[in-house]
Amino acid sequence: MDIGSLAANGFSWYMMQHQSAQGDSTSALTLSSVKAVSMNFSHQIVQYLLSGFSTGAIYSLIGLGFAIIYNSTGIINFAQGEFVMLGGMLTYFFLTVAGIPLFASIILSVIIATATGVIFERLAIRPLRNATPLSLVIITIGGSIFIRGIAMLVWGKDTHAIPMFSGTEPLFLAGATILPQHLWIFGITILIIVINKLYFYYSISGKAMRACSYNRNAASLVGIDVRRMVLFSFAISSAMGSVAGMIAAPLTMTSYDVGVMLGLKGFCAAIIGGMSSGIGTVLGGLILGVLESLGAGLLSSGYKDAIAFIILLLILFIRPRGIFRKAETERV
Amino acid sequence: MNNKLYTLFFFLVVMFTASIVQAAQPIKVGALFAVTGPASFLGEPERNAAQMVVDEINRAGGIKGRPVKLIIYDTQGDATRAVQAATRLIRQDKVTAIIGPSTTGDTMAIIPLVEKARIPLVSCAAGIKITEPVKSWVFKTAQNDSLAVTKIYEHLQKRKINKVAILTVSDSFGSSGREQLKFNASRYRIQVISDDTYGPKDTDMTPQLTKIRNSGAQALICWGTNPGPAIIARNVKQLGISLPVYMSHGVSSKKFIELAGDASEGITLPSGRVLVADLLPSSDTQKKSLLSFISTYQKHFKKEGDHFGGHAWDAMMLVKSAIERGGDSPSAIRSQLEKTRNFAGIGGVFTFTPNDHSGLAKDAFVLVKVKGKDWTLVR
Repeated sequence: MDIGSLAANGFSWYMMQHQSAQGDSTSALTLSSVKAVSMNFSHQIVQYLLSGFSTGAIYSLIGLGFAIIYNSTGIINFAQGEFVMLGGMLTYFFLTVAGIPLFASIILSVIIATATGVIFERLAIRPLRNATPLSLVIITIGGSIFIRGIAMLVWGKDTHAIPMFSGTEPLFLAGATILPQHLWIFGITILIIVINKLYFYYSISGKAMRACSYNRNAASLVGIDVRRMVLFSFAISSAMGSVAGMIAAPLTMTSYDVGVMLGLKGFCAAIIGGMSSGIGTVLGGLILGVLESLGAGLLSSGYKDAIAFIILLLILFIRPRGIFRKAETERV
Repeated sequence: MNNKLYTLFFFLVVMFTASIVQAAQPIKVGALFAVTGPASFLGEPERNAAQMVVDEINRAGGIKGRPVKLIIYDTQGDATRAVQAATRLIRQDKVTAIIGPSTTGDTMAIIPLVEKARIPLVSCAAGIKITEPVKSWVFKTAQNDSLAVTKIYEHLQKRKINKVAILTVSDSFGSSGREQLKFNASRYRIQVISDDTYGPKDTDMTPQLTKIRNSGAQALICWGTNPGPAIIARNVKQLGISLPVYMSHGVSSKKFIELAGDASEGITLPSGRVLVADLLPSSDTQKKSLLSFISTYQKHFKKEGDHFGGHAWDAMMLVKSAIERGGDSPSAIRSQLEKTRNFAGIGGVFTFTPNDHSGLAKDAFVLVKVKGKDWTLVR
């Protein structure tokens, strides 16, 4: 599944198209037909890339949620996908069932999802402070099953659709088509990444959280309330996850169990990015989205999910610290 | 004297109640449905419909004065659980017939059990291998996938379309559809020139559709159950693909139109008649059953009955009419089921013979098209 074979496959596919075009136009091969086919092919590639970037952006936001909690607590929060689900389902609920306007529904959903994240930390993570990371990870898995179960009881097992934020008329871009919703996804993702960066590098509590991620004991020695930072990290991650869920839902639809697969893909993005709560994970998400889309378009659509998990396994075997993170010296 | 009278009276009372108990001995029918798990979109309406039929039968005084007791177990769409539950129905509950399971996998797993125990089984799953080759104790009510495929291909032939692209979901429903689509294509001189799949949880199918757009196909056939096909319908619109789009009976419910919104406009699919019951001419033999099913389901569950529930309705009604005709011993039910002729149910008009235990012809499906956010009948 390396880039070489991908390109080779793409080329052989191109040749096939080329030959069929030749067969169709029984006359001798003209330059213009080659040009037309290659134009067509480049349009296709643009379409694959755009599709890949938009799914990738969602994976990035989910991945960032994983990374932020990992950095402040050292645990992988497998309930992250459920906040994505809550974002979509709550927006559906407020918008369609309660009849609240879109903007207010979004705000309300983020608030409730964040509150759920905070309550989850308070009830499930904080009481077990002295537990090993492994048992905490298992608790997050239990928490995710619990949240999913509640969502199933409250909203049923059906899939629900949310209207697009601004219409369904496709836009044309370099031979590819995208929807206004894709622009929302790109815009909101970039906005969140920028805010995230500013918060972690320029605010006191952001800096305190980074301190905790380097060394919890040292941070608490200089007077940082580590427990509070852990609570913050859950609040930020669940807010981020819920935003990812609600901007994706008009395209992907939502149901009580969307969090499982999206959570795993986000986890994969975070692993590629070496669990960094910055640009590494964002790139990880985009790479994953683009590879999935190119894989489905050029290789075989049956391998789409396999691609994500093969990358995940390869990175865990070969470069467990992620592609982008430089080797760190172990502190003793 | 008084004492003797009392004794006599007591004796009579005991005799009387005993005879009532004797008469009211319920007929036990087992039911296996995937009420939870990935196939719950089948199992839940099936369970509802089966329970509804039994409640209605008992309210009307049972079968020949005996109430029916329906014993339902959830298989969760898992073959191992299906086998456990079937064993329990046969050994402990001592049922006289079994309806369900919901999926082909579950059904295939329990066939050896019912064949050995000699208990009639009326499955609600669609797989063609359930009744081909014929097993003496196994019947089914869901239409074969091949009937749906035939319906689509006949329509394509009429429109002189012979190059199609297929996009199927990578689960058992989709792979069975894919198999039938490819198997039947040559009979209708149709060429499958692009064959793609998508995962049941996928959220973006534009890569596959981009490929299909450039493949030279004249029509797109998509085989899956919600929400995948709704996403595909939206992606088709996004990419501006103008090919005629066909879908499977897996999405024949209002839910699909609701999910796909405007993008569902113009999509054609084969469906059981239940979807368009009110549009059928009154000469249609199924119309009476369909309207009664729909209104009863609406009354019980405040929801529209779909054709999945219809499979269970058919299964239970077939068993009921077999018991009415021949009594409640398993072997009598089996031989009476095999003698069922022109039973107008929800899925179609059933005629079982010793060589045909699926009982439906291709007219079990009608083609419907989405127009103005509702179904219309394609003639």
